[in-house]
Amino acid sequence: MAEISLGGAPQSVDSIQSSYMAQVQRRRLYSGLTLLIFVVLMASGFTVADDRNAGGFWEGLHQIGDYPADVLSEAWEKRADLPGLIAKYFPALVETINIAAVSTLIGAVGGLFLSLLGTRGLAKWPRFITVFRRISDIMRAVPEIVIALVLIFVLGGGPVPAMIAIAIHTAGALGKMFSEVAENADLKPVEGLASTGATWSQKMLLGVLPQVAPNYISYALLRFEINIRASAILGFVGAGGLGYELRNAMAWGPGRFDEAAAIFILLFGTIVVFDQVSSRYRNRLTGGHAQ
Amino acid sequence: MTAVDLDTTKLDADALFRRKRLIGFGIPAVIFAYLVYIFFAFDISGLAGRANWDNAVTLASDSWSHKVHVTRDNRSGEVSYTVEGERKGTYPDGQRPDWVTGDEVITIDLGAGHIVRYLPDNRTEIDIPGYPLIEVQAQGRSLASSLPDDLPDWISASNRRIGITTPEGRITLTGARTEVFNYFPGWELFWFTLDSPYHGQGLGTILFGEQLDPARGNIEGAISDWWNNAMWRHKDVAWAIGETILMAFLGTMGAAIIALPLAFLAARKFTPITLLRATTRRLFDFVRGVDALIWTVVLARAFGPGPLTGALAILITDTGTFGKIFSEALENVDQKQIEGVASTGAKPLQRYRFGVIPQVVPVLLAQILYFLESNTRSATIIGAITGGGIGLMLTQAIQTQKDWEEVAYYIVLIVAMVMFMDWISGWLRGKLIGRKD
Repeated sequence: MAEISLGGAPQSVDSIQSSYMAQVQRRRLYSGLTLLIFVVLMASGFTVADDRNAGGFWEGLHQIGDYPADVLSEAWEKRADLPGLIAKYFPALVETINIAAVSTLIGAVGGLFLSLLGTRGLAKWPRFITVFRRISDIMRAVPEIVIALVLIFVLGGGPVPAMIAIAIHTAGALGKMFSEVAENADLKPVEGLASTGATWSQKMLLGVLPQVAPNYISYALLRFEINIRASAILGFVGAGGLGYELRNAMAWGPGRFDEAAAIFILLFGTIVVFDQVSSRYRNRLTGGHAQ
Repeated sequence: MTAVDLDTTKLDADALFRRKRLIGFGIPAVIFAYLVYIFFAFDISGLAGRANWDNAVTLASDSWSHKVHVTRDNRSGEVSYTVEGERKGTYPDGQRPDWVTGDEVITIDLGAGHIVRYLPDNRTEIDIPGYPLIEVQAQGRSLASSLPDDLPDWISASNRRIGITTPEGRITLTGARTEVFNYFPGWELFWFTLDSPYHGQGLGTILFGEQLDPARGNIEGAISDWWNNAMWRHKDVAWAIGETILMAFLGTMGAAIIALPLAFLAARKFTPITLLRATTRRLFDFVRGVDALIWTVVLARAFGPGPLTGALAILITDTGTFGKIFSEALENVDQKQIEGVASTGAKPLQRYRFGVIPQVVPVLLAQILYFLESNTRSATIIGAITGGGIGLMLTQAIQTQKDWEEVAYYIVLIVAMVMFMDWISGWLRGKLIGRKD
């Protein structure tokens, strides 16, 4: 406490203490109130959600295990078929991964341009920095499902609508993350290149990209993980791949649970494998010393 | 340096350059090859054939315009006027749009000289500039018309059905009914439906004018009529958006509350028992790996469709993600502060509370708030699967394939909702952590 002068009379120690206690009490009151509001929000939110749900929380709680148990027991009975089913759904898995990979590639290129054009000091047209930032904000705000559903209506079902939808969202999301990295880039190489008469694209390619590449690739890998999940979910609304097969398998219900189980296994395995691989590479890229 | 030294250095440098060049050309080549493979795997060349451009045109034009149907039932001879052909948008008896005139002969002026006349005995005359007068007579289930055999591409005709598309509007005729669609820009009936006394009144009249409905005050009545608008369902939409945000809020906060204590179990600094630590970490990996999609499917079986299912699916998935992030943050805490607190005689719980939590809270809050925004988007998608929130309304509106202006409305609302959550999470982050970015 800088403003309190030292060496005052003993009385002032009392006043310091009492004002300190008052401050502490006030802070406790505020944090208590915040906590109370939070608890009330959570409790009332839970009640509302519970009311508007078809089945209640407490009635459903003991049934959580039923469906997985049914699926697992049926899959276990027909375990001889599982390898065949996994082979059958492998092409769908490849499609899901392809959707994620292509949309990450396209989105990363889009995000690269959005970030470079929207960063102060690097932008080609400094006047339009805000425009490019708003564009990436809006692209980031549109949930994939919105674009996917509209495009499915126009282009028909299949991987392309999902790919475009995820790519648009990825471009916006990566645009923001990339530009945070680009803001911290050292401008000296850019100035050096500018003094040799380099064009904007040369300055970016030779001056900025080598600095930011490890972070950019690390973010793109993280996005790839997220996009695998997104592409599986979009399949569920008709955009092809594993999610689509899962919906069909679900629709058949009991008797075909082995197919659902095969898809669950594929999806789970893929997500875990790609998570591990990508987090390994990301650590190496950003950690640097792990090599 | 001797010549030998320089030679080896040069060789090394050459090899390095060769490798760099190989990578420099190799990576783009691999990416290009992959894109070529995708081109065939996704059948991009066949896309143009599969795409339905009529749908795209309908979507693009319907999303910002509405149409008014003038329908004659050829059996009863009744003529009805409806917005978008919905019962909720029917003009009350005795009212009709001002571009329709006449009693015996009903004249519909579509604009730019395009005129359709409903004559008695189920006869119809269509007058289009630059084309001979078209006369159609409906008899039972078939049609007799004056159309020649050689038709322009904006007219399709058989003896059962005739369709005429003009820039001013569309006309379809069948034995049972004759329909004219007149297009107008804007979202009609967005504020009030036709049966509301406030329809067609200006804002000034409602706020300051005389009382329009004897039973209710103007402002109160107008708000209630707008809120209960049967066409646009503002009340349901508001509830749906609330449900979506609720799913994200409950899921994110619940996950954070559950993940925090578990994260201590997964952090090396706080749990020396390897088995316990490994088990917790595998648990995090498992719930994260199962993914929100599968959790949604599984939970929907137990709890039925609704926002609670979506909230729980988000909660379970994010418990894994938060657990991982939190435990990493806990690994990085500074031991000195904990020792300082311990030196005052603090018990373990107090050591965590005053030595550890203050260090990790900024990281935790930043992550939680970031996930709150990102989960709003997830909740939209999960809602479409499990049946709750604005995601479901959007899916239904798209699947009925006719209310494109509602689809456009929902899209605008969803984007606004996500941007609002983004803004609020950034604002809270600034307030709570004191660092703005």
